[in-house]
Amino acid sequence: MDIKVSVRESDSDAYVVDLTGEIDVYTSPKVKDAITELIDQAHYHLVINLEKVRYIDSTGLGVLIGGLKRVREHGGSVNLVCTNPQIKKIFDITGLVKIFGIFDDEQSAMKALA
Amino acid sequence: MNPAPEVHVTPAVIRLEIPAVAEWVAVARLAVSAVASRSHFSVDEIEDIKLAVAESCTNAIQHGAGGQIEIVCEASSDRLQVTVRDRGTGPLLGSVKKEEDRITETGRTEELGVFLIRALMDSVEYTSDPRSGTQLVMTKHVGN
Repeated sequence: MDIKVSVRESDSDAYVVDLTGEIDVYTSPKVKDAITELIDQAHYHLVINLEKVRYIDSTGLGVLIGGLKRVREHGGSVNLVCTNPQIKKIFDITGLVKIFGIFDDEQSAMKALA
Repeated sequence: MNPAPEVHVTPAVIRLEIPAVAEWVAVARLAVSAVASRSHFSVDEIEDIKLAVAESCTNAIQHGAGGQIEIVCEASSDRLQVTVRDRGTGPLLGSVKKEEDRITETGRTEELGVFLIRALMDSVEYTSDPRSGTQLVMTKHVGN
């Protein structure tokens, strides 16, 4: 079980974090490191692509919430790309759909960045 | 087309112990999801069980005293009961009812795992004792 993290700059100066695999208590530090590094470099508009994430637990959600809090302090935002019904359900029952922008495709998530 | 005949599942008890460290949680959740798939749970229900077990193990790691985590599955055709035991004092259970408000207003996530367990399973019971540790018993019924 592992998570693959890759970061790329989009055309609109935002950054996209592509995640592939499973985000749990073991793998979430790797995701946190990638997001923290971007924010430390003053990149505050992020799209996190969960399209290829098969599983996420509370530690993974915690990493995303932590990233969102930090970018908001700088007027930034984090949008998510997610179509996996099971993962969307987790965002739904935890109420996180209210604080994250969740989109079906990267283009829409990018367009909606503040 | 006739529906597939329902297969009877012989009630069974499956025990697993993992070290209370993060890298073994995946083994626990996959083992329990394999047990759940022997009963008549849907794919979505198995995913719920998998996440609840992983959250229980994560709690045991974060609030436990190290050592081993014991996971006991009692499976039948229509239900699965999973008991997770560790030597720690457990999370602060009294404060998780308004988890949604807690997350959105303060950003705190430390009890999010317990909230998820309660939301995903049909019944959840915690007992915690400073001498014997924490035991979580959670049950899910097929089609509930």
